[in-house]
Amino acid sequence: MVTARSAGLVGCPNCGRVHDVPAPGRCQRCGWRLPGHAPDRSLQRVWAWLLAGLVVYIPANIYPMLRTNTFGRTTESTILEGVVDLIHHGSYGVALVVFVASIVIPIGKFFAIAYLAISVERREMMQVHARHRLFEVVEFIGRWSMIDVFVVAILAALVQLDFAATINPGIAAISFALSVAFTMLSAQSFDPKTIWLDGDMRPR
Amino acid sequence: MSDQVHTSETSRSAATPPGHFPPVEDLVACPTCDALYQLPDVPKGARARCLRCHTVLTAPRDGAMTRIVMLAGTSVILMLAAIFFPFLELTAAGITQRSSIMDVVLVFADGPFVGLAIAVGALIVILPLARFLALIYVLAPMAFGWRPARVAVPVFRLAERMKPWSMAEIFIVGVAVALIKVAGLAHLSLGPAFWAFVALVLITAVKDTFMCRLTIWKTLEQRSQW
Ligand SMILES: [Zn+2]
Ligand SMILES: [Zn+2]
Repeated sequence: MVTARSAGLVGCPNCGRVHDVPAPGRCQRCGWRLPGHAPDRSLQRVWAWLLAGLVVYIPANIYPMLRTNTFGRTTESTILEGVVDLIHHGSYGVALVVFVASIVIPIGKFFAIAYLAISVERREMMQVHARHRLFEVVEFIGRWSMIDVFVVAILAALVQLDFAATINPGIAAISFALSVAFTMLSAQSFDPKTIWLDGDMRPR
Repeated sequence: MSDQVHTSETSRSAATPPGHFPPVEDLVACPTCDALYQLPDVPKGARARCLRCHTVLTAPRDGAMTRIVMLAGTSVILMLAAIFFPFLELTAAGITQRSSIMDVVLVFADGPFVGLAIAVGALIVILPLARFLALIYVLAPMAFGWRPARVAVPVFRLAERMKPWSMAEIFIVGVAVALIKVAGLAHLSLGPAFWAFVALVLITAVKDTFMCRLTIWKTLEQRSQW
């Protein structure tokens, strides 16, 4: 496969505009920063955001997400306890949605991004097409983890003082929101072109 | 992959990897995998995909710019309605409380949760709204066949950047989950703003099918040289 790079040209990662070498610092069409000038630190950014996301994900699971006050009695529930509560109430479908969005997707994402980043450094691990697919899935699905933060915000807004119960957000809501944002930034820092690099080099 | 012309399914035109190199203006590098193509004039309604990673390179649609501007304009109106009309109504022990999206955002506005309030407000109201306005700013002059607006290029780049961060559709699912969570505690019903919000999410989805980034970028480049 002929790539802009193998043809001695520079392709814009944003709009696809092709530039002759020496390429300008920024794309002439869309102003995106073109590769090849400053040393590429995208992989370092991927790791930094991923680590930050992992660090704040821990308190997100330990501390309460939701504080419910019913008749003067306060109960606190973490993300996982919230899921268990839903199961007790028989809302299996919703329990599954919350479980997938708040636990399966974030943890899966940590592994997936780490795997993609490692396989760039080590080359050849999984087929390029499978890796590309994995990256697309991570980018598409990661933002959906934000569901639980919205649920907490809606509940806290609705269930206020004039009722028998009050619902307030717990500190985990903040760290969870940060964790989702950080891992999104991590995935966005990943340069999908690196997946295809070794494929370019190998003659067919 | 050889250099011959690849044709895929009908109604889709495949991009052709170049044999010898024409001027760079006629070439397109796949933004995802850097594969190089000499893209023919893709007919309206057809789609050209990268042969290697299947990223859609271009998918021009008839009257796309005008439609995107109209749909974005509708979305702005719906968003304003969704902000100020009641979103959810909660009834418990004879008391009814109406909440608008503003209440959802402002509930955190004091104490340690200010940051969360700002984030939620940004993700569900400010960023989607900013994206609609940015698209109108960039594409309205295009739709009329005028010169691009003064800072159209950075504004469109910003609109693209904002896309993953506008989470209106995720908020809708959050509402559904919240409804079920309080079902035992109180009776909850949906207000007009909720339906405005649902309409907005659907319109956004339709609008995105008209978005051909390559066409927009190329038009911006050509018209700014006038
Ligand atoms: Zn560009
Ligand atoms: Zn490609």
